[in-house]
Order: sequence, then C-alpha cells, then structure tokens
Amino acid sequence: MPDRSSSPTIRELSSHLSWSRREFLRDAAGLALGSSLLPGGLLARSGVLQRDRKVVVITFGGGARDQETFAPEGQENIPHLMKELIPQSAFFTQVVNRGILGHYVATASLATGVYETINNFASLPPENPTVFEYFRRDLKRPASDAWVVAPSNGFNRIGESSHRSYGLGQGARVILPKHLLTAATKGGADYEHLLRDNYETPFFAPEIAGNEFELEQLRAMLKLSVGDFKTHALTLSSPDELSVYIVRQLMRQVAPSLLWITMHDIDVAHAGAFSLYIDGIRRTDRLCAEVWKAIQSEPEYAGKTTLFILPDFGRDSDEDSAGNGFQHHRTGDTASRTTWMMALGPGVREGVVHDRALDSTDLVPTIGSIMGFSPALVQGKPIQELT
Amino acid sequence: MRPSDLKPEQFSNYPPLARKLATGNLTTLRKLPLSFLPSLLREIIEYDYKFPAERRALERELDNLSSLSADQWKEWVGEFEQIKISPALEKFDWVNSPAQFVEQLSSHLWTTHQQDAFRKTATDYGNRLQAAAPPEKPPIPRLGIAIVGQGVTANDYPLFRRLRAHGAYYTGVNPAGGLQTLLDFAAKRAKSDPIPYAHWYIDGGQEAAYDPSLVSVSYQALEPARNMLLGRMQKHSEAPGSGPENLRSGMAALRPSDLRLDKTAPDTVLARFQMKLLTEGSGTQIFSTTFAQWAARETLRRAQPLTLLVRFAPRQRQRPMNELLSVSTQKIEFDPQGSLVDADMGAYYNWINQQRLTGADHSSFIAWFENHNEAVAIGPAVPRGTISKASTDLSKILSWTV
Repeated sequence: MPDRSSSPTIRELSSHLSWSRREFLRDAAGLALGSSLLPGGLLARSGVLQRDRKVVVITFGGGARDQETFAPEGQENIPHLMKELIPQSAFFTQVVNRGILGHYVATASLATGVYETINNFASLPPENPTVFEYFRRDLKRPASDAWVVAPSNGFNRIGESSHRSYGLGQGARVILPKHLLTAATKGGADYEHLLRDNYETPFFAPEIAGNEFELEQLRAMLKLSVGDFKTHALTLSSPDELSVYIVRQLMRQVAPSLLWITMHDIDVAHAGAFSLYIDGIRRTDRLCAEVWKAIQSEPEYAGKTTLFILPDFGRDSDEDSAGNGFQHHRTGDTASRTTWMMALGPGVREGVVHDRALDSTDLVPTIGSIMGFSPALVQGKPIQELT
Repeated sequence: MRPSDLKPEQFSNYPPLARKLATGNLTTLRKLPLSFLPSLLREIIEYDYKFPAERRALERELDNLSSLSADQWKEWVGEFEQIKISPALEKFDWVNSPAQFVEQLSSHLWTTHQQDAFRKTATDYGNRLQAAAPPEKPPIPRLGIAIVGQGVTANDYPLFRRLRAHGAYYTGVNPAGGLQTLLDFAAKRAKSDPIPYAHWYIDGGQEAAYDPSLVSVSYQALEPARNMLLGRMQKHSEAPGSGPENLRSGMAALRPSDLRLDKTAPDTVLARFQMKLLTEGSGTQIFSTTFAQWAARETLRRAQPLTLLVRFAPRQRQRPMNELLSVSTQKIEFDPQGSLVDADMGAYYNWINQQRLTGADHSSFIAWFENHNEAVAIGPAVPRGTISKASTDLSKILSWTV
C-alpha cells in the first residue's frame, strides 16, 4: 500500500512545475528571480496616471504545456515569447486555475475573478460581474471603451454578466470575428479556413443573441468596408489571425482602454494531431508579438498600456494515464491546472521571474489596481508585484 | 435509489455474463457509495464484450473488495463516501445507464469543486488495488513496434527525440523489406504464443497483407463505419436542441450493428472495440494518425497485448471542422509531413502506454521511419542514449533488442 504521507500534494506538484519554468527561463533568457518585497508601486514607477492607463489581456489560446513551450525542447515553438517578450516582462511561473477546465467557463472565470460554474457549452453569461462592468461603472466609461475579441461563437455572452447589480448594457462590446466574416462573406468557400469553430464539440454553435456586432458597426466603428474586410481576410490563415486583424483595426479606430483578446487556434489539439497543435502554438506566439508591437506603435497605446498574456489553463501531462497527453485538458492534473502569466508595460519590472503561486482569479483585481477601479465581488487578490 | 437497495432483478437488462457477475457480487456492490459504484457497474455491464485481460482485472477487483475487512473497507472506500452527490444524480437510473451517470457525475464534480478531491481519492484507490491485486505478468516480454512516415520522401524533422534517450538510435538502417520483416516477426510471436487478443497489427491506412494469427484493425477497413458515424453526427447536429451532451449520449448509446460492425468484425468483442474507437476517441473519425494512436492506446490499456505493431499512415489535410466531419465525395488531400510529426509523437505515446503495463522492465520497443534509414530500439539489453551510424537492418535490430 502506498505511503500517503510521501505522495506529493497538488500544491507541491504545482511548485515543481513553477520551479522548472524558472530554471528554463533563467537558462534561456537570463532572467532574474524576483521578490515580492521590491519597493515602489507600478503607478509610481511608470509615471502614467491611472485615468490614462490602458490594459490589453491575451489568453494564450486553448492552453499549451511546458514541453511544447517553456521547456528546453519546446522553446523552438515560441521564439517571439522567448526572445522578444519575456526579456521585457515580469514572468509569473505559477498561476493555478482551481476552476472548471473548459475554455468558455475558464475564460469567464478569468474575466470575473470568480470561479464560474456555468455550463461550458451553453450560451450563458457569467454569473458574477465581469472586469468590464467594474471598469465601466467605477470609472464612468462608455461602452466603446471596453471590448472583447473572441474566437468562437460560444463566447458571445462573455462581455457582461447576469448579476442583478450589473449586467445588461454595462459590459464590454464583443466582436466575434468569425461571425462578422460569415455575415460579410455569406460563408464563401474561400474563407472556410478562418471559420473553424469549437474544436471540443465541433457541431456546437449556439445561436447568437445579446451583444452582437453588426456589419453596420464594422463600417462605422472599425472604418472597414465589407470589401476591404473580405479582401484582407483572404490573406489570413487562421481564426486567431483574423482576430488579431480585427484587434488592430479596433486599436486604430476605437482605441478602447480595456481590450480582451481570446486566442483559440491551439485547441485544435483536441483532434489529436500533434503537428497541428504545434502549428497553433507557433502562430499564437507570433500573434502575441504582433499585438505587443501594435501596442508600442499605436500612439493611443504606446507607453501607457499594460499587456497580460496568460493561458486559461494547461493541458494534460503525458504521465497521467487518465488522459491522452497534449490532446485534452480533462484530468484536472497539475499540468492542466498550472500555467504562467507575463506582464509587460510601463512600470513593470522587466526580466524578472516570480515564483510564488498566483490564482487565476487574481487577474481582475490586479487590473482594477492598475486602472483604478474596485472589483468588489472577486475571489482573487491584486498581484502586489504589479500594483 | 441507494446502492443498499439493489436487487438481483435490477440487472435483468445486463448481458448474460455481466448479469451473473453483478448478481454474484451483490453483497459487495450494495456496500459501495454512489460516487463509486456506477464506475464499477460501467465496467461490469460491458463484461461480455471485454478482452480476457480486462475480465480478469475486473474479477480481481471484485474479489479484492469482497475480501476487505471493516477497517480496510473504511480505508479503501471511506473517502468516496465524503463526495457529495446531488439529488438529481441519486434519482438517475445508474444501474442501467452507468456510463451516462459517470459523465454527469464528472460534470457535477467539476461544478461543485470536488474534482480534485475525487481525483485524489480515485488515485489512492487505484494505487491500493494495484498493490493488493497486481495485474498478471506477461508470459513473454512485450514488444511494441511503431512504423512512421509512410509517404514521406524527404524529411528534416528530428525524429524519435523523445525515445532516443531510452535506447539506441540507428541511422544506417537498410529499409529494404522492412515492413515485411516486422510483420513476419509479429506473426512469428503470435504463432509461438497463440493467446487470444495478444498479438495485434493496427494500420492507420490500408493494411498490408498480414498473417491471420494477428488481430488487425485499420482505418481504411473502418471507412464504411466511419462514414455512417459521420452521417449520424451530422444528422444529430441539424436536429433542434442538439448539443454536446446530447451528441455524447447518442454516441454512447450506439451498438455495433448501428455501424454494421456486427457484419464486418471477426467477433462481438472486436466489433464493440472498433465501435468504441470511433465513438469514444476524439478525432479518430477524421484523422488517421489520431486513429492509429488512440487505437494503440486502447489496445494497450484494454487487451494488454504481448505484441503490438502500429503503422501510421498520412492523414488528410486540415480543413474546417464541419467539413472534416462531413462525408466527403471530393478527392482527399493528404499531409504526409504533418502526419510524420503526429506519428513521431504517437510512437512516443505507444511506448509510454506500453510501459504502464506489467513487465515493463523486460519490454522492448522499436520505432522505424518507413522506407528510410532511421530507427530507435529500446529494451533491457539495449544501451540507453546510444547512437549507431553503422549499416544494419531491421532483422538485426530485432535480434539485438527482443
């Protein structure tokens, strides 16, 4: 009979993953170990007033494992993160998601700061107020100042909650680029590669209701003609590329202060083809760098924007016989729950690695501290190294 | 209904052998908590269609449970009793639909944040069972063979990186007659130790000619069943109110006859196995590389073979998922290079899954890049992390490895 006292706990296993990531990064990128006791807040260090701050969040779509990213054998798949972004970032090696490991519900949990329990496959809003609702109400910002660009039609309710004190009309505008492209092209054959949806349950596409983005808004807000949109879409190779194209238009034309981008290409792993999973990681790596470059080059964003990049969760390890390795995120093992986060922008201590355990729900209160609003109902705490 | 209320007649819908097994162990089953029992019933209800190794494992588990003292019972099963079950689940027909119950239980555990506790409890139980009633040792050392890269002419992807550290990496392999050599070797083992379902040949494409002593499953041979399944999935998606849970339930309720596998498979056990490969495996319906890897995983997990030869074949190129899941009448384009990368990972998973079985210390594994010069061999007699550039062939590698 195994000695129970010798079995590592989930916390201990998470720490081991975190330690490994730190070692990988120290070897490859020459990063220093951070401390939570460094003096001075981000506000003081950056010199940017809270009211002028912008925040962009990218969820590193679909979850990826260390073996294919930060471990030595995986670093070839993330050259942009390794060489361009990590040296400019504060890197948190241990972000634990203790909630449900489904993409919609996990993204909703990231956006509310509370572990949501809504049905992952239903067209439902989060039950707790979203970061967008806190932001808009506390700072009295218009709807045009908070946007979500999401990959799948299943994310159409992510912008605002069903909470009775918040909700309808108080959240973010949601763009579903694939929905937009379908409307613009009537689903023509030339665009089908950009319309891949929902790798876990390919047939599930909830009927769009609620905060739908109309073609008229494409013209009015993004200053894009249907013709230009269609022409440019032909040059793109994946749904996430389409999302980043829309993001760039949005940044240029609307310049929202709070912008949330959910990537999803990596989740093709559910079909079991390792090469397609790796292609997804490499594409997401490149797209993250493109967004950071856009932030630095757009006058409305340069010098005053904090960028967060984090997966919603990981994927199953090869060691857990209950799973099938990279293919899914069903076991709830440590590899599927433990992930990482990087933060870049003014005031962030660059090239520093932080090992202490964070919770996925810490993101919203951290954004609140940076931008100056109070997310009263969150479960997480502000990350002190970033506030 | 509570487990303690179980009566023999409630198993009347079970297949004959399963019914006998359940009613013969009724006293034990009645004592199990609801967070545990349906998982066991899910195995029992399939007993008639299980491979011999699975049947023996299930019998060992039931024998072990029935032999536990009161203190041991508390230690083994007590933590399952701490898992809180919803009233809706308690009312579920978990006797006749244990698999559907387990799916709903999983959803309940995630939603109520009990997944981690359940996972730990189940892992502890599995470890105890492994120690108290260990699986039988194989009569001969196991052998796994993976053949990757069919259709690839030139390659610069570094193959077998994950496997090389565990054995010898050969770069001077004469590929002539390689496939036949490996198939002949597998057949020779099957004839020497003719144990039912112990020697397998899985092909991700069109199977090569093989000796009938091998159990064979191939992606190509299952094309009619795959198309029938895709048709059903498409129809389901078009039905009003369809969703992923409904789709899963619909797939779980299928019988081999629904896909005409009862007419094509050699026996009822294999018909059921083939159906489950297609209905339970994610991506097995559309990508041949996924099919080959999942079929190998399930064969190792369930049949616990002595010999397993898996030949990967090119999969179709990625297309929009809805298109992939439609029955296509167009000419399919293949992606040999991407398939090589898939198969390289698949070969690694085959080895990992083989090493999970008993006798791992004596098992051997060979992976070969079909029609090329690269191979890797792992076994108790093979020096780890070595490289050989000398000219050799697969016959010699087999003789040094197995």
